[in-house]
Amino acid sequence: MDNNFFNKLTSDQPSDGSRRSFMKQAGGIVGLALAPPFVAQADRLTAFSKTVAGVSPMQLKVNGTVRTIQAEPRVTLLDALREHLHLTGTKKGCDHGQCGACTVHVNGRRIVSCLTLAVMNQGQEITTIEGLARGSELHPLQEAFIKHDAFQCGYCTSGQIMSGVACVQEGHATTDHQAREWMSGNICRCGAYPNILAAVREVAGQQAKG
Amino acid sequence: MTDSPAFEPSKGGVVGQPVNRVDGHAKVTGQAQYAAEYLLPNLTYAALKTSSIAKGRLKSIDTAAALREPGVLAVFTHENLPKMAQTPNTLAGKYAIYGMHMAFMPLTGNEIFYSAQPVAVVVADTFERATQAAALVQVTYEEARPVASYQSANAEVFDPNGQGYVFDLKKVVRGNPQASLAASAVQVKATYVHPINHHNPMEPGATIAHWEAPDRVTVYDSTQAVAMAQSSLATILGLPQEQVRVVTKFIGGGFGCKFNLWPHTVLATLAAKAVGRPVKLVLTRQQMFTSLGHREDQEQTITLGARQDGKLTTLIHEKTSTTSPWDIFAEPNGAILNWLYACPNYQSSHRVARANVMTSTYMRAPGESPGSVAMECGLDELAAKLGLDPLEIRLRNYANLDPGTGQPWSSKGLKECYARGAELFGWSKRSLEPGVTRDGRLLVGWGMATASYPVRPAQGRARVRLYADGHALVQTSATDLGTGTYTVITQVAADALGLPMANVRFELGDSNLPTAPASGSSVAAATVSSSVYLAIQDVWQRLTALAVRDSQSPLFKALPADVVREQDQLVLKKNPSKREKFSALLQRQGLADIEGVGNSKSGEGYEADQIAFDNKPGTKQTKRSMYSFGVHFCEVKVDPDLGTVHVTRWVSVMDGGRILNSKTARSQIIGGSIMGIGAALMEGTNRDEQYARYTNADLAGYHVPINADIPDMQVEFIDGHDPYVNAMGVKGIGEVAMVGTVAAVANAVYHATGKRVRSFPIVPSKVLGSDAV
Repeated sequence: MDNNFFNKLTSDQPSDGSRRSFMKQAGGIVGLALAPPFVAQADRLTAFSKTVAGVSPMQLKVNGTVRTIQAEPRVTLLDALREHLHLTGTKKGCDHGQCGACTVHVNGRRIVSCLTLAVMNQGQEITTIEGLARGSELHPLQEAFIKHDAFQCGYCTSGQIMSGVACVQEGHATTDHQAREWMSGNICRCGAYPNILAAVREVAGQQAKG
Repeated sequence: MTDSPAFEPSKGGVVGQPVNRVDGHAKVTGQAQYAAEYLLPNLTYAALKTSSIAKGRLKSIDTAAALREPGVLAVFTHENLPKMAQTPNTLAGKYAIYGMHMAFMPLTGNEIFYSAQPVAVVVADTFERATQAAALVQVTYEEARPVASYQSANAEVFDPNGQGYVFDLKKVVRGNPQASLAASAVQVKATYVHPINHHNPMEPGATIAHWEAPDRVTVYDSTQAVAMAQSSLATILGLPQEQVRVVTKFIGGGFGCKFNLWPHTVLATLAAKAVGRPVKLVLTRQQMFTSLGHREDQEQTITLGARQDGKLTTLIHEKTSTTSPWDIFAEPNGAILNWLYACPNYQSSHRVARANVMTSTYMRAPGESPGSVAMECGLDELAAKLGLDPLEIRLRNYANLDPGTGQPWSSKGLKECYARGAELFGWSKRSLEPGVTRDGRLLVGWGMATASYPVRPAQGRARVRLYADGHALVQTSATDLGTGTYTVITQVAADALGLPMANVRFELGDSNLPTAPASGSSVAAATVSSSVYLAIQDVWQRLTALAVRDSQSPLFKALPADVVREQDQLVLKKNPSKREKFSALLQRQGLADIEGVGNSKSGEGYEADQIAFDNKPGTKQTKRSMYSFGVHFCEVKVDPDLGTVHVTRWVSVMDGGRILNSKTARSQIIGGSIMGIGAALMEGTNRDEQYARYTNADLAGYHVPINADIPDMQVEFIDGHDPYVNAMGVKGIGEVAMVGTVAAVANAVYHATGKRVRSFPIVPSKVLGSDAV
């Protein structure tokens, strides 16, 4: 185990994914301070007011585009992406945060989108697998996944890639051992692990060289 | 152009090359569309309410609260589920429905047979509303004491006496096993115990049923077998087959659990008809443990008799396992013992006990995978008893002919696999004595095991349309589970057409396309590649027929038999300056395209030219035994204080006949090996003895390997054409990848520790515990 494993976990707790902030927002306790300026005042009030029962509009900024959906506050970010925005690249494998297939980036951090509500993620920068490439130019990790055959069925792949991009950015892919540990929140039942490792390590090496 | 029934690799061809997946871009960008991802107008969502008891009767079922919920369209129970034309609820009914695995359809009565049996289906306008409403369905039960497994005190174990489903489970005897055992110099008897394993593909079972007309339905389903699912559904719904369309463009893994049609697909289709809107039903991960079968819990005893030099005289295999209240199903573990080693006396038998559990099903190498644990661990125990090297004892028992039938092999590269694998692994440096090799405080162990799997008989059809503009469309109803079907078939078609891969589009996963076999039993690559290859031969013959009748063609009036193909041209064999591109011919003929069809057979039933050569007229045909082979080598490091086992090195060398793509093939082998590492070290679903209910039915409780569990893995192939198996010479690798892997790990643990753990998975408590011998 790497020395910084526990340090990282405790010092870098996600501020927006914890049970406490979940209770705050879903319970309707006003959390205006969390809302960034580009969401209009009215939207913020809608989002965080006490009247969030039933279907209500909410705005999600996904892959750089703000889109409005009509959904109940209990809709997870994962289901909002798949069922409301039809961004089905993000997969549901377990709906319990056990498999990692639904991994997306929120403000650049990797999270499992099945364990957060859409309503909590208004005003956040959400990136999904569909937003990773720049036009027709794939992200280097997407290229590396194809080159190293880092998947078979492809169902865990979106989550693996989103996790892998973050893993490299976090600096958790500097050795094989470390990358294996930090990629272990994403299950691949087809067993592409050695190939996933090769892809992640290759991109980590490229980025280290600049 | 003569009929050329066997594929010949072309110079500069792509068959066998490690090309990237053609569907890779779609998969890394999230564009690959799986069953639950079709955007249909007025889509609704279904959720299942499942039983909280394993045996008994529904006393009452109250749907009023569920129906009051906003957005709820309907709640179906056994009282109002639309009628089926045919149910599988009797054995006769099941056999009448091709592709139905279980002789029971939920929601057809008030009896409860297993825990988490569906008792109601709720349809609502959103997923959340359907899920909540399902929780509001109020059920009361008359509960009875269930049977949890064959091990339970109230279980009745019996001999199925040949009545097994799919696998007949007859007792098989060859030679005189009892007498030879009594006379053998050395004997080993060992019992291995295996818990339930669940396939747990990453994509849960999922269905969208869309009735496009009152008598016509399209079902987007996560299935390994679109043609078989179409047939099953048509029978159950009472519709002509062509009015049921099944689509599976991408499937998120299957491993056997999506081979057959299961009740949830039927329930979603019936619900969609009743509500008049498309219905989406996605199983929860928890429901995945009670909806698509599993590998049954079982114990198997092997008795080996041998001479002092390690040569086997006797193999006796007995298996006991759990089956469901309606079906007699068990993996035939003993089968592999009948062909793997030269041994004159053999016996295999099965016993089963009915329990309150759904019917178990095929899981990767059904029979061969657990059977190879008995064979390969048993042989390892025999080698240890005789002081022989495990590889040496395998070579001493090498079967030059199929011992079960006396037939020659269609091909067998196992000796080459052994030699190459041992070299890559450094096997010769292994200490004979267990428990003596250390890396610091960790114990180091090396184990190995043989792999083999039959080339099962199958057939399938394909259609190829070649366009005058130099592009081609290739179609069959096959599926790609991630095994690489999209890619390898594109490679085969490109070579056979003389076109670049980019000009070939391969379409699959739709029952409207020519019928292909299910992707399972390792038949897909062999059968589909052969049917596509033969369809392309048909295209070239049609082109030749056009050319020799065309006065403007350089091949005018040539005998068709004198015309050969070179890349994308037809060429006169005797005078190669006379040649013509197919595109020029089609354009001159005013044809936009030309189509060919092919029907391929693989395994038994395939009549190769080679077989005709072997058999002189009037003599009895020599039958060949057709199997893939291979070997796995494994290194583990065991913490002697904690009992943790870590796999640190892995080498597999396989003979699967012709390898169509060495990159995707390698991925299949490492995937199968990793599944074996899981079964050996961590996987097992536990059932509560009193309630017959799973206690760890999710991915937090059912442990599958993760990245940190897996070392670098080395894979090589003994690549070659097997002329007896099918037109492409492909034997298949999906299943053989897993056979032997569990034993390789277990044997390595023994070598590390000197302890033989015979109960799987080999968790730390067993490594440390005194129950191990």
